[in-house]
Amino acid sequence: MNQHIVSAFDTEIRDLQKKIAEMGGIAEKMLSDALEAIEKRDLRLAQQIITMDTRLDGLQRDIDERAILTIARRQPMAVDLRDIFVVSQIAGDIERVGDLVKNIGKRIIAMEGQFPPKSLLSGLRSMSLLALAQFKAVLDAYTQKDIDAAMAVWSNDGGIDRLYNSLFRELLTYMMEDPRSISYCTHLLFSAKNIERIGDHATNIAERIYYVVTGETLTAARPKGDDGPSMLTTGTDL
Amino acid sequence: MNIMPQVALDAAATQISMPTKPSAVTARGVNVYYSDKHAIKDLSVDIPARSVTAFIGPSGCGKSTFLRCINRMNDTIPICRVTGEIKLDQRDIYDKSLDVVQLRAQVGMVFQKPNPFPKSIFDNVSYGPKIHGLTSSKAELADLVEQSLRRASLWEEVKDRLEASGTGLSGGQQQRLCIARAIAVSPEVILMDEPCSALDPIATAKIEELIDELRQNYTIIIVTHSMQQAARVSQKTAFFHLGTLVEEGDTKTIFTSPRDKRTQDYITGRFG
Repeated sequence: MNQHIVSAFDTEIRDLQKKIAEMGGIAEKMLSDALEAIEKRDLRLAQQIITMDTRLDGLQRDIDERAILTIARRQPMAVDLRDIFVVSQIAGDIERVGDLVKNIGKRIIAMEGQFPPKSLLSGLRSMSLLALAQFKAVLDAYTQKDIDAAMAVWSNDGGIDRLYNSLFRELLTYMMEDPRSISYCTHLLFSAKNIERIGDHATNIAERIYYVVTGETLTAARPKGDDGPSMLTTGTDL
Repeated sequence: MNIMPQVALDAAATQISMPTKPSAVTARGVNVYYSDKHAIKDLSVDIPARSVTAFIGPSGCGKSTFLRCINRMNDTIPICRVTGEIKLDQRDIYDKSLDVVQLRAQVGMVFQKPNPFPKSIFDNVSYGPKIHGLTSSKAELADLVEQSLRRASLWEEVKDRLEASGTGLSGGQQQRLCIARAIAVSPEVILMDEPCSALDPIATAKIEELIDELRQNYTIIIVTHSMQQAARVSQKTAFFHLGTLVEEGDTKTIFTSPRDKRTQDYITGRFG
């Protein structure tokens, strides 16, 4: 893309995108820290995740403020207008991802003294890694304005959904077998749900990239993971 | 001035998107030359009736030149030559039998700088109807002047001083007076060549509000250098560059997702 005649306009847009990258980096770190904290039963790390979230909130406010100022100053048109509108939306997505991970952090702290056995964590681990990969990929796609990479993320979300559904069944079985597991299984189940939601935010961002680049909104239905009875329908609608 | 016979429609000219309303002005294969300079190149466009069409583009792109073809203002420039076909409601405006004075009553024009006659406000508006013999009595004429001033949203501000000079009004009022003058002869089309570029933002807002009201009854074509103004007032936008019509379509589309890279570069301030 050519540069604007007014170079300060380019700087403003670049700065907004840098802030998005910064937010993305923090959210990624929070998510991988959450996985580590649950596996190592590290309450201090869980507490750090909760603290990191305030940084995301501050950055989101900063981005929205700057976006509004840029609109007021430059009256952006066409791709610039889409760009700035979407910057604000993506900041909102990442902020939500932060909230979801923060909630996992709180659950880790709440599980103190009655952590699930390690064998129970593999499903959550796979989900987290997949969600993290999706989230990283979509942020890279945003930086590069790479529509193919964004669409790959968009169609990959089914994988997370499938993992969520099987984890749901697995945890349900444990809870039926041993009512003492209900407490930590519920925490795990909600954490899994949060991670599934993070996957949804990654696909949201993919859709926004599609809009920035093409000027059109994706109208096709998002691919969902499981052909069988889905736990997502109940999970999402409740 | 040399007027060429109607040129055959070429393939490109026939692929024009259909307007949602019947077109008031239809141009096919229009070329304009100033001596050797080829100012407009094979331009075809449909201007829908009773809506606002904005022409945008960098200086010298041909938008004003094309605007002036629509009421044959270019006839006054000896070195100017127009070929192709421009129709106003199916009637070829370059037809030799056409009365140019009558055409200019049908196609009114408002210029960049307000240019009221150095006469009273009343005379400014009544001049056109008088020379065209549109009214038969003084009372009728006075009524027409009032209606025109009302339509131009100027009546309330000037009704007590109709005999005062038109040049004594503020810039924005003068421009609305010129619009009233154009309306007085019942035109079908109003051409506006940067009508707000000499006005302050409040006067501009009043003209824009007026344009929005006028489009109920008139076909309006506006040349503007303000992209925001084009986005605000028009339903259709045409982008000109180097004498070519690069892209035209719904204003909404042009300003959110234009198809052509040149349009995109221009409206986002990346040109040159």
